[in-house]
Formats: sequence, C-alpha cells, structure tokens
Amino acid sequence: MDNQNVIEVENLTKKFGDFTAVNNITFKVKQGEIFGFLGANGAGKTTAIKMLIGISSPTSGNAKVAGFNVYENVEDIKKNIGYMSQKFALYDDLTVKENITFYGGIYGLSRKRIKEKRNQLIEELGLQNLTNELVSSLPLGWKQKLAFSVALLHDPKIIFLDEPTGGVDPITRRQFWEMIYKTANKGTTVFVTTHYMDEAEYCDRVSIMVDGKIEALDTPKKLKELFKVSSMNDVFLKLARG
Amino acid sequence: MSISIKNISKSFKNVSALKDISFEVKEGELFGLIGPDGAGKTTLFRILTTLLIADKGEATVANFDVLNDYKSIRNNVGYMPGKFSLYQDLTVEENLAFFATIFGTTIAENYDLIEDIYIQIEPFKKRRAGKLSGGMKQKLALCCALIHKPKVLFLDEPTTGVDPVSRKEFWEMLKRLQQKGITILVSTPYMDEAALCDRIALIQDGKILEIDSPQNIVNHFPKKLYNVSANKMYELIESLKKYEHQYSVYPFGEFVHYADKRDVFNPQDLQEYLEANNLNDVKIEITNPTIEDTFMELAK
Repeated sequence: MDNQNVIEVENLTKKFGDFTAVNNITFKVKQGEIFGFLGANGAGKTTAIKMLIGISSPTSGNAKVAGFNVYENVEDIKKNIGYMSQKFALYDDLTVKENITFYGGIYGLSRKRIKEKRNQLIEELGLQNLTNELVSSLPLGWKQKLAFSVALLHDPKIIFLDEPTGGVDPITRRQFWEMIYKTANKGTTVFVTTHYMDEAEYCDRVSIMVDGKIEALDTPKKLKELFKVSSMNDVFLKLARG
Repeated sequence: MSISIKNISKSFKNVSALKDISFEVKEGELFGLIGPDGAGKTTLFRILTTLLIADKGEATVANFDVLNDYKSIRNNVGYMPGKFSLYQDLTVEENLAFFATIFGTTIAENYDLIEDIYIQIEPFKKRRAGKLSGGMKQKLALCCALIHKPKVLFLDEPTTGVDPVSRKEFWEMLKRLQQKGITILVSTPYMDEAALCDRIALIQDGKILEIDSPQNIVNHFPKKLYNVSANKMYELIESLKKYEHQYSVYPFGEFVHYADKRDVFNPQDLQEYLEANNLNDVKIEITNPTIEDTFMELAK
C-alpha cells in the first residue's frame, strides 16, 4: 500500500439479496485530504461507509482503511478511525466532562492521557465554564463541535463525518469547517458526507454516487469544468438527474 | 392578508423561543421562514396552526383568529410538521383516505390538487407508510396536508435531510401549488432555498432579523464583498483573520468571502499581505453577496 493513501478501495460491492446497494466502487483517499462523499438519498453512501468503518462485511472487492483490511482487521480499523454523525454523537445526560472521559475510556486512553486531552480540548473549544453542564443543555452548534473533538480523542488517522452540520446556523457551520481544515492540516484525513452542495466545494476532492456507483470523482473545480456549470449543486443535479 | 402576526412572544420555562414577532403574509404568497435549528420556526408554526397558545400578541390565519376561531383555522389550513407524522401502519392509500375523511371530504373531490404529486407515489399505494423512502414519505405527507384544499399551507422544514435532486423537485411542486392559489409558509435552514420564495423572514434566537424579497435582502449587504483564494485554504483563513483591517472573513466553498473595514480598500494591499504570509496563487475578486452573507452580517 502506498504510504500516502489511507483509504484504498477496489471493486467494492455489497448486495442485499437481488439488490446491489454498492456496485463495484474503486477510489483512494490520501493522508490529510478532505474527501467529500456525496450522493442522493438511497444512492448507497451509508452502505459504503459501513463497510469502510468495519461494521458491515462486503460481498466482494477489497478495501484497506488506515492500512487494515475490511475483512480481517475490522477491530484495528475501529481503533484507527473516528466517527461522528448527527444521530450518533454524545450522551445527552452526561456532562461535557463525563462525555470526554467516557469516550477516552472507550478508546482505551490512559487516565493521565484522558486528563491531558480533556483539558486541552475544553480550552480549545472555550468550554471552561460549561464542563459540568449536561450536554443536553448545550446549543446544537456546541454539541457538534464537541462531538467532533471527542471523535478525535484517540488521534485517529481518519475521521468519518456523516452529515455533521445539519440544521446549524451559517456562522457555526463555518466555525465547524474551520475545525475540519485545521484537523486536515495536521494530517488527519477527513471523510465527509453532506447534502449541502456548497460544503462539497470545501473539499479537496469529491465523489458522487448514483445508484450504487461512483459516477464522478475529482476536485470541485475540475468537476465544474467537466460539466460546464458554475456550482457543485449543478454538477450534482446533472449527474443524479441524468 | 392571509397570515397576520402581531407582537407574538412565547417562552418555555426560562427559554424565550419567540420575542415580539410581527409580520404579514399576503394571499397567494410563497413566504419563507429562514433560520437555523432553535431559531423558533417550529414554535411559530405551532402557534399559527393553533396547536400552541402564545404568551403575548395576536395572530390571524385566513382571517380567523388563532384563539377565538381555532376550529375554523384547523379546517382551512394544511400542516406538514418537520417530523413525519402520518400513520406508519396504514398504507399510502389508507393514510390519504383517512385524512380526507377527517376533513369531511373525499380523495376524488380534490384530486386535481394532489394529482401530479400523488402520481409519483401511486405505484406504492398498498405499501405501509412506515416502509416508504424519505422522499416518498415527504410526498405522501404533502398530499395528506392538501387533501382538504386548504387556503394556507404550513410546511415546517420539508427538505431537511433531503438530497439536492429531491429538494429541487419539492420546490417545483410548491411553485405549482402556489399557482393554484394556495398561500404557503415554508421554513428551511437552507439559505439557497430562500431565493425561491417571494419574500423571506430571516429568524434567529426568536427574533426576526429582516423581512424582504430575497433580492432586496441581498442588496442591503453593507460592504463590498471579495472572493479570495490561495493555494492553502487553512492558512488563508488564518491569515485573513489576523489582518488588522478585516471586517468579516467567512469560508465560502473554494473561496473565502472577505469584507474590509476601511472605506477605501485597495485589494493590492491585501494581496501583498497574504503573499508576505507565504501564500501563493492569491486571487482577489469582487463578488456578489448571497442571502447567507446577509444572514451572517445581521446575526453577528
């Protein structure tokens, strides 16, 4: 495996009975890259991500994530990735501090390390006055930023973000993207799905899935040139509508 | 006026969800309520559809008062809540028949109103609503909200979590309904959808930031706005934020939207500053503000 690639996918396929949810997809993602994984509802994105994070076994094809094989080394994959989605994030009835400690424990960090990380994270996010507040009482934007930081507690090689910014105000969304840039700048790969096409433009490269296949993969700039349109939204509409 | 809202306030315990909200929606208008989660959009919808009583203020819908004539309002409005609220155990067909019966009408009587939407889900009419895909659920919910031919249609975040293709189709459906004379109040967190409305209200933290046509709202942006790009995005944002003359710096896709504090701004100065900060391929071009720029300016 090329040292630069942290995800290598080759002819990956997943079938449910007669239905092919993911059809022979092939792509690579580099270290430190922000990779946008787009597609219409039902195009197969979630199924593909589940295989990459080691919770669903492929029907055929190969994939390596963080250097580990998706068939044999799923536990190693899980230790080397972070995952955050709108639905699965933090425990509402634990405090900010408790959530960080809990996830630090789950990721197998030592007590000393958890303490260090906790202090660092709270300071970076400016949450000093809120450490003993229940997460349920935080505004949505804060929850998302905290969930993102918690998913990075164990310094994973890759972080998977599944529609991370739904519903937040435009300023908070941008603060969130600045965190993403910062993370990628440190060398962590960011693999992100979103329905906001303007966010697709923030990515280094973008893939678009249609009916289980990857129909386009390039930088946003090149995709716009290829389809002769001015926005990723139009690229998406052209591809998905045929 | 189709909807009239005067000085409406509503609090839950110590959270003030709506603070002295006033605006009007004209008959036949497609009016957008644009704001993030927690702005108060759903609370306002629930007050207007008579499911919740305001602490203060007055409101009428289709000329009926939300307190005194709540029964008339319920007969004259369609409401599609943000959360899917149909009967999961009933089939597509049964749900529609149920809502028609509740409102004392039949599917046949108002079929022309829902026809072009219903046709798309008719092949699945024997399927239980709980087994439908997201896009189909949304279409069924819209049919059920329309089956009694309401004068006013309330749609609470109908396109949240929906992909761009389905979103576009949904807005095309709304335009057709508007042409049939139905007044529509629709909420959305997507700023790009705001441009498709006749008029919009920008709402945040229970307060209206501005009400106008999308074009006028954009015209009100107080500064000249520039697209800035360079070879390294993260460093570009950091450098711009440290620039002493910066008024606002927001990432916008492949560019950063930049506004300067000074009345006279020479892009060349900024170019030199960025290059001195080790950025290459620096490009600075004037650009048009979007609704999102205006929203962020007002919410600052």
